[in-house]
Order: sequence, then structure tokens, then C-alpha cells
Amino acid sequence: MAARKTAKKPNVSSEELTTYYREMLLIRRFEEKAGQLYGMGLIGGFCHLYIGQEAVVVGLEAAAKDGDKRITSYRDHGHMLACGMDPGGVMAELTGRIGGLSKGKGGSMHMFSKEKHFYGGHGIVGAQVPLGAGLAFADKYKENGGVTFTYFGDGAANQGQVYETFNMAALWSLPVVFVIENNQYAMGTAQARSTSTKDIYHRGEAFGIPGEIVNGMDVLAVKEAGEKAVAHCRAGKGPYILEVKTYRYRGHSMSDPAKYRTREEVQKVREQSDPIEHVRELLLTGKHATEDDLKAIDKEIKEIVNQAAEFSKESPEPSVEELWTDIYAEVG
Amino acid sequence: MATEILMPALSPTMEEGTLAKWLVKEGDTVSSGDIMAEIETDKATMEFEAVDEGIVGKILIAEGTEGVKVNTPIAVLVEEGEDASALPTAAPAAAAVAEAAPAAVEAPAPAAAPAAPVVDLSPDWPADAEMKSETVREALRDAMAEEMRGDEDVYLMGEEVAEYQGAYKISQGLLDEFGSKRVIDTPITEHGFAGIAVGSAFGGLKPIVEFMTFNFAMQAIDQIINSAAKTLYMSGGQMGCPIVFRGPNGAAARVAAQHSQDYAAWYMQIPGLKVVMPYSAADAKGLLKSAIRDPNPVIFLENEILYGRSFDVPQVDDLTIPLGKARIWREGSDVTIVSFGIGMQYALEAADKLAEDGISAEVIDLRTIRPMDTGAIINSVMKTNRLVTVEEGWPQGSVGSYISSVVMQEAFDYLDAPVVNCTGKDVPMPYAANLEKLALITTDEVIAAVKQVTYR
Repeated sequence: MAARKTAKKPNVSSEELTTYYREMLLIRRFEEKAGQLYGMGLIGGFCHLYIGQEAVVVGLEAAAKDGDKRITSYRDHGHMLACGMDPGGVMAELTGRIGGLSKGKGGSMHMFSKEKHFYGGHGIVGAQVPLGAGLAFADKYKENGGVTFTYFGDGAANQGQVYETFNMAALWSLPVVFVIENNQYAMGTAQARSTSTKDIYHRGEAFGIPGEIVNGMDVLAVKEAGEKAVAHCRAGKGPYILEVKTYRYRGHSMSDPAKYRTREEVQKVREQSDPIEHVRELLLTGKHATEDDLKAIDKEIKEIVNQAAEFSKESPEPSVEELWTDIYAEVG
Repeated sequence: MATEILMPALSPTMEEGTLAKWLVKEGDTVSSGDIMAEIETDKATMEFEAVDEGIVGKILIAEGTEGVKVNTPIAVLVEEGEDASALPTAAPAAAAVAEAAPAAVEAPAPAAAPAAPVVDLSPDWPADAEMKSETVREALRDAMAEEMRGDEDVYLMGEEVAEYQGAYKISQGLLDEFGSKRVIDTPITEHGFAGIAVGSAFGGLKPIVEFMTFNFAMQAIDQIINSAAKTLYMSGGQMGCPIVFRGPNGAAARVAAQHSQDYAAWYMQIPGLKVVMPYSAADAKGLLKSAIRDPNPVIFLENEILYGRSFDVPQVDDLTIPLGKARIWREGSDVTIVSFGIGMQYALEAADKLAEDGISAEVIDLRTIRPMDTGAIINSVMKTNRLVTVEEGWPQGSVGSYISSVVMQEAFDYLDAPVVNCTGKDVPMPYAANLEKLALITTDEVIAAVKQVTYR
């Protein structure tokens, strides 16, 4: 079994580390603000926060090239921000306004960006897995060298369609990286109570798909693993599985009282393995940045998030005509 | 600067809650993530975390208070050195709540006696086109081959479509012409390959997915409805899904309950899908070509019994028939019979026999179930004043029951008799030959229905 890897003495530039810090912090502050707006009744329905898991998507985005695609589940705000979608557009979608990326018609769970090659935002657990393999199918068909990151959770890993997809992805050598974001709880069910195997990536072996465990609290380890997986796909060797061990600090959704785990468990992860604190330490101890530099970044991020929140409140609700648009594309 | 902490909404339906317990007291310093209070919602007791850093300056709502409305200020956070006593006491911050009062949508006034709807009665092909007898099977294959020749992004995927040449030989010869990149045998895994095909459509391809029969598409129905049909809307118009799901639908012969179901009414219900169910070979060809070019997901329901049947097909370059346009097969004045797919066989046979009794039936083939050419039906009912619908599917929530409701709402004053829906019987399909015959719709039942609505 692959041991949990942490990048040794990181051979990484100040600029790179600062970028990761900034991107992870943006996700965290954005999600905190989303939680706040939910509490104020400005965001409705389901709202699944990504707090704690930031290093996963930021590390993998660092391994992607222009034109690569990504698709995920309903816990999707972090993925949108990490691939460069406008925070104001994301927040306004959460508040159901016309300025949202789906004009307010998709909500927290359903956003898309053709421009950023972000294919959603899917609310049915596991359904994005064959869809992601289909995106990879299209890349292979068009011979454009693209790779698709298909994210799903430890809960989705028990859906039958995941294994139907593993079979075809291996059979047809599709350029897809299956990213299992293992945050250890499928809603309220701990992995040990739902999943027969300890390490889920092992299930790929039955289909001849290689994979490994990645420390999802270490952005550099995630990036390194991502680069390896992408190289495998781009070389025409078919799919690759990354089981990224991570942790969500908040409940499954905003209405989850999270009684299935102890407060101490959450606190321990926060104190000992926080992915943002980790990079902060690397920046300070490696003398890549001073406390003042980081304070300036914190301030800048806070400003971006506040602006996004303002936009999401000021943007009007969609006009009533929007009820009837976008049901069919026009026959051209 | 002081920050008001508001009573949070902690579930999609929460409007008020009980402030069960404070876990901080005035003067405490809190930072992001610290639990401040326990709040009972309609579903559970939730811990409420601090988002901002600061000092608890004032607690405005005592613990144990019930019925605290969402967004009521419950405490005030201050920064170091700030004077909490100077703070204003609770003032409802209701303005923060999204005023979600939607503009009143005017209900459409019920149309009493409508003007005749505008109906497209243009011919589907030139009257002088040379006609040639072809089977529905050949027509479907030719449609796919022509579209694949014209567009590199069109491909065919399904069980046994390539080397086996199609379980019902619809894809005969396509592997030879287009190769294994574009004619793809899948494992028996409908849910998975339907999802892969939908994903490839998001990625810019135009898949044709063959289900060996539509019975097996129930394994894949989540991908068809939740992924293919809804994404354009959910993405605010950014991302559509040009895909055709096709294959035999409805009863074949002696294959019993799990292989004999008509899904027209199921798919008809879904906004975002188009649903086609042709009867003749010319329509099968022209509609399938249009379906492949359509930028939306199309359910294309074929019929095993019709595959081998021959019809005249116009020999024109690029025969396309627009989706959503009904066809009047036979003009008549006493009654309108509306059907589609194999139901047309019973409708047309009945019309022939009724003519011998002096009853003139107008027979309309819907061809497309969604969008439905209801204008053509209403137009005809305004002339005949009587309507019978014919389909193989079950009665409850049938295509016919939808047509009845539309006609009742839009042409009630023109009806001289209640509409009768002829459907399959309300039972799973039996295997025994005699029982199977009884379960299916028959020509005699259509004739009886027409006599009922014409009071003969």
C-alpha cells in the first residue's frame, strides 16, 4: 500500500507557494461568507461547503493544462473558484440572482463554464463519473490531447455506475483522472460503516486502473500526484485514480448538525493538518513571505469576497421571462 | 466596528428557532470556527459557529428563548477597546432578508372558443418525388449513414451495434463504412454508457445511443433525464446536449412483461427532451435525420414489429422532417383518430372498416409526441367534433389522457361527445398468446370507440 506522502523539503518557488496560499484562502473565505449568507436567508436550499478540502482542487488545478476539463458533484464552489470562475458570478448563483453563472437557475449545486471547461455541478451522487469519462471520450475522439479531472466522494464510490465507468474507461483507454475526494464521511456515514475496503482506489485494480493514496491536506503532495496522473493519461495509458484523503470541517450541508463525529475530531484536524496553515508555515519558515505580506493577501482576499457578496445581494432576481428560457436550444 | 450576529437559518425550511444555549458570555474573545451557541431548528439541534473574530460585546437574546425569527440580532461582536454599552439594543434587521416577493404572474385566461390554430400543413417532400418501397429498418440505417457521412462528430454507440451489425440489424453495414472509432460496441451497462455518451455530447460530439430495447433504458433513465434533459436549463443556456437515444419500444411478440412496455408517456413528461415515435419508413428516415441534427436530447422510439414493414420512401437528397409536426394520413369529416407509432396500424385499419359503414374518419399521426402538434389535433376536432386516441401504452397518465385534457381546455365547445382513449390494458404484458392478444389494443376496440363517440 502506498504510504501517505508529504512532499519532502519542498522544491517550490515563492511565487508558486503564494499562489496556492491565495487560491486556498479565497475558497475558505468565500465558503465562510456563503455560510454567513445562508444563515441570513440569502442563500436557500442545499449548500455544501468545501472548507477543509481546499488543497485538493488547488493542487490538481496546478497540474492541469489549458484545455483540460473538470467535472464534480454538488460540493462544487471550490472547483469553480480554483478554475478561475468569477467569485461574484458564483456567489450570485448561490443567492439565485440574474448575475449568477447560471442566471440564478442552477443554484449552489449546478453551475457550468464552457470557457473554463468546467462541466458542473451535478446533484445526483455518482452521476458525474460517467459524464466525466464521456468528456474524456470526446477528447480522445477529437485527438486533442485533453485530460478530464472527474471528482467524486467516498460516498459516490459505492455507486454502481462508477464501476461501469471504470470498466469502459479502462477498456477504451480514456484520458480521465478519477479523483476520489475521500473526506471520510458520506453525509453522516463514516467510511468504515459504508465501504468494504479501507482504501477505495484498490477497487481500480480489478479493472487494471492504477492509483494511489494522496495526502489531501498537503497541496504540494496533491500537485505532484496530479502531475503523475495527468502524464499517465496524456501518454495514452488510460485512466488513473487518485484517492485524496481529506476532511471537511463543516457539516455535509448547511442543515447537518454533524452528530456523527466528535467536536474534538474536527478540532484536531483543524489544529494539526489544516492545508492553509501548512502553506502559511512553508511561506514563513522558508522566508518566502513575511507576516505583513500574508496580512496583505488576507486583506485582498477579504475584499474580493466582500465584493462578491455585495454583487450577489445587489444583482436582481431573474426576470419572470427566465422561467421559460433555456429549456430547448434553438434548431439552427 | 461592531458586528451584529443574526439568528441564522440552518435548514432550507427554517423560519424561526429556539436559542437553546449560549456557549460564550459577554467579554469572551471568539475567532472564526468557535461555537457560539446551540440552536434548535425544526430538524435538529445545531451548533452555531462564529465567522468573524471579535469580543462578545452584548448578548441580545437570552438562552431558552423560543420562536426567535431568522435574522433577528442575537448578539453583538465588538473589536478590542470598543465600548459595548454604547451599542443600540436589538433592532430588527429584517432588511437583510431577501425580499423574494415575485412579481405576480398573470394566469392565462382560459380560451373559450379558440380561433383555429395555425397549423403547418406543408408537404414533407415534393409531390413529384420518385417513390421507392423500403423497410423501416433500411430507412433508419440510411438516415444514420447519411448523417454520419455529413458530420464527423456523429457516432453510434450501443450493445451489438458494430460487429454483430445490430441486435435488430438496424446498424447493418455501418461498421464497415465508418470503422470502430465511430461505431462502438459497448459492454452491457446501460447506465454507464448512457452517461458516457451524455458526457461526450457536453464535450462537443453528437452521439446516437442505441438501446437494444427501451426496456433496458430504465437502467439509464437518471442520465437521460437528470443529465441530458436538464443541463441546458441548469446552466442558464450555456451547455446543451445534442444526443439521440433510439431503439425499439413497446411490445414485440411473446416476450412478456419485462420486454414489452411503451415509454412514450414516460418521456413525454420531461421538459428538455424531445420525443419522436414514427410509424412509416419515410417518417423514420426524415425524423431520425432531423433528430441527429437537433441540438437537444431526442428520445426516438422505434418498434420491432414495424422494422420489417415496407413503405414508400421519397427518393430525394437529404429527406428531413421537422420535429413537432403531425401528419394527416387520411382526411375525414365524422371523427378524428389520433395515434403514433404502431398505434397507427390500428387507427388506419379501423378507418378503412369504418368507411365501409359510412363513417368518415380523419387519421392524424402525431409522429412527434413532444413537442406535440396539438394545433393539428384541435384543428381537426373543430371540423369533426369527435376524438378517439390510440396507443399501446397503459391508460393512467397516457399520451391520450394528455391530449384529452388539452382538447377539453382549448376546444371544449367543439366536442359533441366525450373523448375516448384507446390504450393497452392496465396489466403487465402476459406471455400466453391468448392473453397477450387481449392485453394489446385491437382494431375492433378502435372501431367500437369511434362508434361510441359518433353515437352509432
